Amino acid sequence: MAYFRSHVLVSVDPVCVEKGAYELIETLQDELVKQGLVEEVQVLETSRIGDPETEGLDLMVYPEAVHYTKLTLDDVPFLVEEQFLKGRIAEQYIRETKRVIDEELSAPKTKEVRIVLKNIGEIDPLNIEDYIARDGYMALGKVLTEMTPEETIQEVLDSGLRGRGGAGFPTGLKWRFIRNAVGEQKYMLCNADEGDPGAFANRRVLEGDPHSVVEGMIIAAYAVGASQGYIYCRAEYPIAVRTMKIAIEQARNFGLLGDNILGSGFSFDLEVRMGAGAFVCGEETALMASIEGHRGEPRPRPPFPAQKGLWEQPSNINNVETYSNVPQIILNGAEWFANLGYNKSTGTKTFSMAGDVKNTGLIEVPFGITLREIIYDVGGGIKEDKKFKAVQTGGPMGGCLPEKLLDLHMDYEALAEAGSILGSGGLVVMDEDTCMVDIARFFMEFTQDESCGKCTPCRIGTRRILEILTRICEGKGKPDDIDTLRYLCDQINENSLCGLGKGAPNPVKSTLEHFLDEYEAHIYEKRCPAKVCKSLIRFEIIEGLCTGCTLCARNCPVDAISGERRQTHVIDPDICIKCGICEQLCQYDAIEIK
Amino acid sequence: MATEVKEGQDIRKMVRTLVQNHGDEKAELIPILHEINRELGYISDEAIKELSKKMNLPSSHIYSVATFYRMLSTEPRGRHVIQFCESAPCHVTGGRLVWQKLQRELGLEKGETSQDDKWTLLTTSCLGLCGVGPVMVIDNDIYGNVTPEQVPGILENYE
Ligand SMILES: Cc1cc2nc3c(=O)[nH]c(=O)nc-3n(C[C@H](O)[C@H](O)[C@H](O)COP(=O)(O)O)c2cc1C
Ligand code: SF4
Ligand code: SF4
Ligand code: SF4
Ligand code: FES
Repeated sequence: MAYFRSHVLVSVDPVCVEKGAYELIETLQDELVKQGLVEEVQVLETSRIGDPETEGLDLMVYPEAVHYTKLTLDDVPFLVEEQFLKGRIAEQYIRETKRVIDEELSAPKTKEVRIVLKNIGEIDPLNIEDYIARDGYMALGKVLTEMTPEETIQEVLDSGLRGRGGAGFPTGLKWRFIRNAVGEQKYMLCNADEGDPGAFANRRVLEGDPHSVVEGMIIAAYAVGASQGYIYCRAEYPIAVRTMKIAIEQARNFGLLGDNILGSGFSFDLEVRMGAGAFVCGEETALMASIEGHRGEPRPRPPFPAQKGLWEQPSNINNVETYSNVPQIILNGAEWFANLGYNKSTGTKTFSMAGDVKNTGLIEVPFGITLREIIYDVGGGIKEDKKFKAVQTGGPMGGCLPEKLLDLHMDYEALAEAGSILGSGGLVVMDEDTCMVDIARFFMEFTQDESCGKCTPCRIGTRRILEILTRICEGKGKPDDIDTLRYLCDQINENSLCGLGKGAPNPVKSTLEHFLDEYEAHIYEKRCPAKVCKSLIRFEIIEGLCTGCTLCARNCPVDAISGERRQTHVIDPDICIKCGICEQLCQYDAIEIK
Repeated sequence: MATEVKEGQDIRKMVRTLVQNHGDEKAELIPILHEINRELGYISDEAIKELSKKMNLPSSHIYSVATFYRMLSTEPRGRHVIQFCESAPCHVTGGRLVWQKLQRELGLEKGETSQDDKWTLLTTSCLGLCGVGPVMVIDNDIYGNVTPEQVPGILENYE
């Protein structure tokens, strides 16, 4: 494949053709020849850019993603000179863009490095040409024409890429197992089940840069010798499902999927499968059971999917983000990737930041960055400048880390050592108003709810832990509860079949370790230090601050507040259900939680 | 959810068409159940019986699959289905208060359907929209950054 520095996309839909799109292409090409740039700039035809209503012609230049509009043929020489010869943007032809604010993904902040997210929001995900213009499918071309499957695997292995779906298994090594496995048919699976609460990076990649996943999967399929692939996407992501289906269709039309891809003799096809709302289906063996049309229950491993996976055939499964790194590794080389990152964790990782941090949303940072840098430099610190209390990493099977661990360098090993996991990169930041016992209870409610019930330790154990935590939050904790919790955590961890049960105790274990004083306050003093647990708090109106505006009384759902206008109001503690509405509403900070 | 009440014959016909379009391999069971659920609002006994015949699968298998997944329902649901995100990121950004308000406004507990069949109140785990939490979904409409005060206004949008 020839290498072009820039690509120009000219829209050739019927309206633009009418307006002279082909003449524009000719003029562009003549001008590129004249200025000696034909080798460097490629002109591509595309389906549609810009608004058909506006006068003149539209074109887009990549990799800068500049959109020129209202062009006439006379503008071309100047534009070519500015843009391609002098390498600067010809401002006068630029379209004024109405930037929609993206609440989930803003421009990269300092300390961010974007590989997986680089195209998101920059390209039209429903238009394969946009992806191609940004070097898309060039890695596939390279692999199919210049590299053997074994070389491809070696390149990924050398890059140090590890699975982004949780466990961090070396991707190249997994591929080699599958390549060496014997079977009539090998399958390539993409885990797009993203069930971890707080994680949404996979969704943004599927919706915003679908072809990076498709390309990564084709390369992987070539490397291991798979002929059929499935993207298993959770049904809660309808837009992602639709986008992937369109992307697959377009890739097929371009000869990038199907028989004899790019004339290489290699054939591979891809389909999207939808989940139906079961967290445990993110576990690889459960996911395969679900694709086959069964209940999504995990089964014991071995046999591993590499030997006996989907329909008992050797199957490779990787996360969305794992695949979307692959084209970049092939294009830029293993060394480039391996140089990013830290220790045995190379490259970057996306994190979905949520909770009490100022800048919530998606970020991508190199491994090795500290939690403090993530929360304060990238995340902008804690909302309302409150005090940081904990950060929960890795979703419901991860742990809660306190202030003293904020200088931890993020990588797979360091997090595991600290009693948490990297998981899919969810980061829930919690401020001083969070009750850690309540949070532990909350995560337990989740795992208890999502436990598939197949094995007893997970099914019964999580329920017992939940009962105890609920009791503690209600002020009915008993002195031996802490020991019982520790015992149950170990039992569940050791005896559960799949990662859900093994990881379920982590939120409890980590809060017991780092926030034991909060458990003790609940149990021994019947006090919730963060003033969250309803049974342990009281709402009171402070005389002197209350102006008697009646706002609270009018909004209390159970009429627990009484008082005359302009007189201090009072709350009847026997009626109050502690909903907190009055405290939120009062303009004079006259309501106190005790 | 625009669900028409379908009677026996229509249901059987719908199931037959679905099996024709998807094929009768076991792997098509969940996609077909999704479509039945969307059409009827739930997966009725009638539909399971017909599906069992057309796909050569025991009813018990179909039933056990349909009850395993949260998005498939074997019970009829209300005209509008509310799914409230109950995961931690939404919870810590104020979801708790919104949830209480929602329950009170509707007079429903988690999983219940109102007497007049207007509402079904469900919780869901994270919808991947935590950047704008608390989040709830009514039918196909997504609401982010919801506050307790907004709840009555949002509910009013539905007939
Ligand atoms: C309960 C449970 C849920 C999981 N959910 C996901 C998920 O949503 N996405 C994912 O990629 N991996 C998930 N995993 C990990 C997968 O089993 C598997 O390890 C992963 O998809 C492998 O891909 P990777 O090597 O690219 O990380 C989950 C594991 C468990 C035990
Ligand atoms: S550990 Fe839990 S989720 Fe996993 S198989 Fe056992 S019961 Fe099911
Ligand atoms: S809202 Fe505040 S100021 Fe007004 S009556 Fe209630 S407590 Fe007093
Ligand atoms: S906390 Fe809720 S129930 Fe109690 S007084 Fe305030 S508004 Fe009324
Ligand atoms: S936690 Fe509510 S959408 Fe993610």
